[in-house]
Amino acid sequence: MNTEKNIKTLIVKKPLKLDCGKTIKDFPIAYETYGSLNSKKDNAILVFHALTGDQFVTGINPVTNKEGWWSYAVGPDKAIDTNKYFVICSNVIGGCMGSYGPSHKDPDQKIFGTNFPVITINDMVNAQYNLLDHFGIDKLFSITGGSMGGMQVLQFISNFPNKSKTVIPIATTSSHSAQNIAFNELGRQAITADSNWKDGNYTSNDTNPGKGLAVARMAAHITYLSKKGLQEKFGRKLQEREDLKFGFDADFQIESYLRYQGSVFVDRFDANSYLYITRAMDYFDLAKQFKGNLSDAFINTKAKFFIISFTSDWLYPTQENKDIVIALNSIGADVGFVEIESDKGHDSFLLDVPDFLSALKNFLDKSYEEN
Amino acid sequence: MKNEFQVIADLIEKDKKVLDVGCADGTLMKFLKDNKNINIRGLEISKEKVQECIAKGLTVIEGNAEKDLKQFPDKSFDYVVLSQTLQAFLNPELVLDELLRVGKKAIVTIPNFGYWKVRFHLLFKGTMPITKTLPDEWYNTPNLHMCTIKDFFHFVKSKDIKIFKSLALNNLNSSIINESNLGVKNLFADLGIFLIEK
Repeated sequence: MNTEKNIKTLIVKKPLKLDCGKTIKDFPIAYETYGSLNSKKDNAILVFHALTGDQFVTGINPVTNKEGWWSYAVGPDKAIDTNKYFVICSNVIGGCMGSYGPSHKDPDQKIFGTNFPVITINDMVNAQYNLLDHFGIDKLFSITGGSMGGMQVLQFISNFPNKSKTVIPIATTSSHSAQNIAFNELGRQAITADSNWKDGNYTSNDTNPGKGLAVARMAAHITYLSKKGLQEKFGRKLQEREDLKFGFDADFQIESYLRYQGSVFVDRFDANSYLYITRAMDYFDLAKQFKGNLSDAFINTKAKFFIISFTSDWLYPTQENKDIVIALNSIGADVGFVEIESDKGHDSFLLDVPDFLSALKNFLDKSYEEN
Repeated sequence: MKNEFQVIADLIEKDKKVLDVGCADGTLMKFLKDNKNINIRGLEISKEKVQECIAKGLTVIEGNAEKDLKQFPDKSFDYVVLSQTLQAFLNPELVLDELLRVGKKAIVTIPNFGYWKVRFHLLFKGTMPITKTLPDEWYNTPNLHMCTIKDFFHFVKSKDIKIFKSLALNNLNSSIINESNLGVKNLFADLGIFLIEK
């Protein structure tokens, strides 16, 4: 799935006890960095990626040869300015861009497949915490991420309350909703229903459940957009034809677009990783970790929070982001919140949405000045 | 900075925790933060104003005071400030109760409908008054519940709210309001500033 040569890897020697009860050790975390760490080591920002992201935040991803997933937000003079900040991002465990995951081999040299332990958001951040030691960073300047990245942000500051000055969860939730679990289950069912999935042992069978994974991606992709955005971009426009063909080929542009999204996704993503990572999202319920009181997750931190949601995001709607704001306000935490006007749906945080990018930049730069 | 903000700032001691409800572009917040080392938060309904606050490095929560004050615990701020907005709420009484629940003290300022220019405007022109503090036409004003300094004074008394200080503001001059000069102040001030507690 990946070309190893362009991937930087940290081997974590220390055993990590996972939520499922199993312990892993001597496992790889693949990471990338942008900008440079200053001598005071106070300019580091840890970015957490979403479901299908990876460590290649910006610039050209050396494995896919495509733009990094957060190129609009991260780079020289951008919202997260790499002239100023040292940006670190790592592939989550369970992923497929070099970090320990289901496509890796077990101690008996057999590919894990579904024998890889089920991981959680908590396991992901505990694994990534090792990067701080690796770079000798005592305290990060900021942690940020959208969607599942936002979940990791919340879990990280809860686990390590003194390890970041600022905290920016974006378009996220503290508890995965029934609707979102349902969408994830749809994706998983599409993968496991593909006869090439072979109970997860497709690599050793030399098959690939590409069709199932593509359907999973297509279904998920719809949830990342808004009705208005889709209507404006595609409407009922036809795909390279004058009229309907009375068949089941892609008559409409939206169909062709989704098929394309599905097919390119299969080239860069591992089906079993998709199962593992969506499961981790479904299991995420930060309030439950604190006996139902979300505020208690943040009771020990003095970090400055800035929470951002988008008007047209129906996957992680404003109210779910506001619930985090409410939990923080009820313990007097330092929290700002803004809902950005955008018709680009949940994907807004990945796209060129100027109000979002300027809010992110202003928050970071002003907070850094106060350092 | 507006003279009103100067008077508000003078009412707040250093190193306090303050919530500015309807903080607009954050002018008052910025002043308090820079000059009095005040830990200040803003609540603001306008997305553009929220962005302006963020650009000033201020902590602001986008929200609606009529719905979103309830998330703050009792007495979680030393002062809660509400500048010239009370009359724009659907239910000002409820907002006032919330301000006094969230804040140990509240500073409320009101544009005075009893100001002589307002009275003259209505009396002689026969149209809805437009003044410096009431700049909008009747059809586009956000104000739903205009009141006079006297109205507000009586209202807070009737609710057993303690008035620590009430000031009448006219241009650059501020003066103390009390029971005996209430009628005069109600005529000559275009803004009333009240420091209250419950």
